[in-house]
Amino acid sequence: MLDQSYLPGARAGEGFWQSLTERLVVPLPIGDWFTAVVGYMQDHFEWFFELVATVIGFVADELMALFNWIPAPLVFLLLAAIALWRVGWQFTIFVLIALYAVLGMDLWPATMDTLGLVLAATVAALGIGLPLGVAMAKSNIMQAIIRPILDFMQTLPAFVYLIPAVIFFGTGRVPGVIATVIFAMPPAVRLMNVGIRHVPAENVEAGRAFGCNGLQLLYKVELPLALPSIMAGINQTIMLALSMVVIASMIGAGGLGDPVLAGIQQLRLGTGFQGGLGVVILAIILDRLTQSFGTRRRGPGLWAGLGRLFGRRT
Amino acid sequence: MTMAIVVSCAAKPDNKPCLSKNGRNYASIRGDQTKGGMCLDAKLKVENVYKIFGAQPKRAMTRIRKGQGKDEIFAETGMTVGVNNASFDINEGEIFVIMGLSGSGKSTMVRMLNRLIDPTSGSVKIDGRDIVAMSRRDLIALRRREISMVFQSFALMPHQSVLENTAFGLATAGVGRSEREDAARKALDAVGLGANAESFPDELSGGMKQRVGLARALAVNPSILLMDEAFSALDPLIRTEMQDELLRLQSEQARTVVFITHDLDEAMRVGDRIAIMQAGEVVQVGTPEEIVRHPANDYVRSFFRDVNVSHVFTAGDIARRDQVTIVDRPGMSLRAALSRLDQHDRENAVVHDRHKRYLGTVSADSLKRCIREIGPEAEGRIEMAYMDQVPALAADTPLDDLLAPVASAPFPVVIVDSEGDYHGTVSRSVLLHALNRSEEQPGESAAQTEAEHA
Repeated sequence: MLDQSYLPGARAGEGFWQSLTERLVVPLPIGDWFTAVVGYMQDHFEWFFELVATVIGFVADELMALFNWIPAPLVFLLLAAIALWRVGWQFTIFVLIALYAVLGMDLWPATMDTLGLVLAATVAALGIGLPLGVAMAKSNIMQAIIRPILDFMQTLPAFVYLIPAVIFFGTGRVPGVIATVIFAMPPAVRLMNVGIRHVPAENVEAGRAFGCNGLQLLYKVELPLALPSIMAGINQTIMLALSMVVIASMIGAGGLGDPVLAGIQQLRLGTGFQGGLGVVILAIILDRLTQSFGTRRRGPGLWAGLGRLFGRRT
Repeated sequence: MTMAIVVSCAAKPDNKPCLSKNGRNYASIRGDQTKGGMCLDAKLKVENVYKIFGAQPKRAMTRIRKGQGKDEIFAETGMTVGVNNASFDINEGEIFVIMGLSGSGKSTMVRMLNRLIDPTSGSVKIDGRDIVAMSRRDLIALRRREISMVFQSFALMPHQSVLENTAFGLATAGVGRSEREDAARKALDAVGLGANAESFPDELSGGMKQRVGLARALAVNPSILLMDEAFSALDPLIRTEMQDELLRLQSEQARTVVFITHDLDEAMRVGDRIAIMQAGEVVQVGTPEEIVRHPANDYVRSFFRDVNVSHVFTAGDIARRDQVTIVDRPGMSLRAALSRLDQHDRENAVVHDRHKRYLGTVSADSLKRCIREIGPEAEGRIEMAYMDQVPALAADTPLDDLLAPVASAPFPVVIVDSEGDYHGTVSRSVLLHALNRSEEQPGESAAQTEAEHA
């Protein structure tokens, strides 16, 4: 039975209002329904969840293993090279110092785990999200259907994703990645949609006037012109994935979330702060690198950047 | 009030028999061709085309068939009649201008010629094939081969180089890289941008961008070129330059050009024939001359009001390049110059150096006199024969200040630009015809010109 003490009339104790609200308010056990739906899916689509779990688990495991296998100096070199190529020498120096700090805080394996989880989740989120974004841009009906779902996905508190994820997939990396995928996907869908819809009408007309068919129009005109928007979406997806991966450590996803969680649970300020710092460092590096791919490169290339860094005139 | 100018030099020989006369610089009008209409095929035939914007175009069409007007339909259904029963023919090889104020439906009209916008009713026939009834596949093939388009805002692809942009249509059609890049380079050379092939659009000025737009349209070698306010976004000087460029390209290979503009001067300058659109209807189609002489209504007449060319135009605007030119280089003797004049059957010629810097004007008489003076054996330099009484004038001289020098000079006055480069010449008749346009009574002068032509 509903608790109706807050309804008008209840407090005043007026019998009329009491009976009216009792008659008007229908109890809606949405939570029960949701539980029932989840239970039904659990019983009848087990094979599907197992398939998803196997694939996601495999990808996440392999990526985590890969990043942990690569020797740290090689990661330094790789990230520094990309930073020099895409951003500039100042940022390259930051990357080197930041990674060195991660090593010093003894967070290297956790950071690599998180990187692997983030990338696995991002790949899955983009794999689903970008085609959805294209479909949304091409069809107003699709847009009308998908948009409220995205609103729902984005406003539902992140923690709520963890519950069904645990029910379907148990604890560990797999539900963590899956919750992350759902949480991180909306910006990729939205910005793909917006990007394509905002391609100048005359460019689209030019594409059509020169005989593009639908597919050619997409990859010759719309996707390239929407690229800054798409890259912004990918960037946001990565950032959201990173924040969710930390939350997902509550269900045992591992990575940088563990020290943060330990810091909260055991009030170990230092441990929590170090974990948080690791997340920030990873976030800054991923953010700047992905952002740099959104704009057409006009700065110095890798070799010119190297030359400038070491004082050689190019 | 006419701009009719008979181009004295012969049109280039062309395999197509009924092309517009080319080789002109200023608008020339071929009333004789369009009136006779004997050997003209309609390249594009627009018949009873309607375009209705709104939720249920079909219902608006039934209202139109019942005889309801555009305003009535809008008031009762909220639907807009964008193009209302347009019919006209566009001839092979002509520049057909569609002119009208913004909102008159001209941009919609041109987009129905390649079906970027589907007509609600009516037919658009290209070489007799109705594109409205065409399948999607045929339509795409048509757009790839037959018909291309130039846009007001250029609509270049910012992620592609100038060369890739120019090759866009061919790439879309699946032409191999080397072949399409060759064609693109040729098209870029044709518009004078061969050196910028590797640039990106954001590195180019507006005029250069539109040259790329033009090259992109030409690269597929279409028989029909649609130009939607192609030069409207350019500043006036560049715009004139681009108009000249279009006319020059047209003189090399005449295509059927449909040119959309809201600007009367532009329409008069480039148009072989003009269609005037008002509120979705084609109110008049004709040569510039016919339209000036017999405007169909006040709307058409309003385009011509207050157009006083003597204030608006400068010497550079009306100068024409139909003079024989002699490039002064080692070995250019008096006799060589004289034989060039004889070949072209001209009385005088403009001499400039290889960088187009204007040097002087010679006539057959002045050359012969010099040859006589130096004797039959000696080789005289050409500058001996320059005639001092023909002063060169700056391109920005207003037409009013041009009257005295042109009237007193025995030959067309040479116009040079700010760098001293040869820009063209203004003869008495060119100047008179240009000034004539601003007269109050257009009918008489047009009739006179026509009599002269006949």
